[in-house]
Amino acid sequence: MNYKVFIVLVSISLIVIGVLSREVNVVLQKATRICLECIGVG
Amino acid sequence: MWCYKKLQGFVWSVLVLDKIKSIFNRRLVQALSLVGSNSYLQGFMQKTIYKGNTKGVCVPFLNCYSCPGARFSCPIGSLQAVLGKRNNYFSFYVIGFLVLMGILFGRFICGFLCPFGFVQDMIAKISKKKYKALKLFKYIKYINLVLLVILLPLFFTNSVGVGTPYFCKYVCPVGTLEGGIFLVAVNSALRNTIGFLYYYKVTMLIAILVSSVFIYRPFCKVLCPLGALYALFNRISLVNIKFEMYACVSCGKCEKTCQMDVVPFIDANNMECIRCGKCIKACPTKALSFNTNKKRKEKRDEQIIKIPE
Repeated sequence: MNYKVFIVLVSISLIVIGVLSREVNVVLQKATRICLECIGVG
Repeated sequence: MWCYKKLQGFVWSVLVLDKIKSIFNRRLVQALSLVGSNSYLQGFMQKTIYKGNTKGVCVPFLNCYSCPGARFSCPIGSLQAVLGKRNNYFSFYVIGFLVLMGILFGRFICGFLCPFGFVQDMIAKISKKKYKALKLFKYIKYINLVLLVILLPLFFTNSVGVGTPYFCKYVCPVGTLEGGIFLVAVNSALRNTIGFLYYYKVTMLIAILVSSVFIYRPFCKVLCPLGALYALFNRISLVNIKFEMYACVSCGKCEKTCQMDVVPFIDANNMECIRCGKCIKACPTKALSFNTNKKRKEKRDEQIIKIPE
């Protein structure tokens, strides 16, 4: 198998594992509140 | 091999780069990306940020999730948030997403989709005279990626084990530009809490924007950790630039045109190349191309034959 296809498959697997382990919720929690560090306030 | 060719064909058919070049130009794609990823206009009117479920999805470029218009998440901010979470040592979701984007597109994303790249491109139009960034400075972005985005949020945590997004806090000008200035201006509670950090970040933003007049894309060349990550995939990404040595007449036009200080006829897929396509446009013999499309090859061969001696 071409190594590029292998990397694509691995990356898709990582995304699926991340979604199943509810990492999306961590991202969602962080992104739905104003990030004070990001805007330079805190 | 068959699978790889199919995948590459699919990516190209999605991008239809030749058509993008002729129908839409790069500026239009960049503008659509900027507007599309920051299309929550109510955020600006209500002085708040979007709180919908799409915020769980990352965009492949730097776009601060604290921008009132942002409908999606910034991958670098998200990576720091996940790594900085207590007892978290790896982010499957964000790293998987970034590797996927890297292997498919490489730094094509920097050239065509990044809103902050677009801002720098627009500022670069002010002056034609451009200076080269010192080669050594280009390694700073890799230090930012390893140190500020990964190691410090992971290991340099507070008393309860939560890490700070160090890159966002101390370097990233995008949050200040897209969210900080507007939110601080309209929100008195935020305005009352600003201090040294805010002034430091505004100064940093101004410095980057002003230097964009004299150096092409200084943030992308020197500081951007996302560009650094995509650069690692630039040579192997499915979207790449093909160089046909037999068609090259060594005129050097591609090198003169490249504003990322790449020499396309020596290293067409250099880690600094953002696939803006200027070298492809400048090449008189079509030795450089985005793909190995047969029709394009035939067209090029015809043109080579027509070149007078």
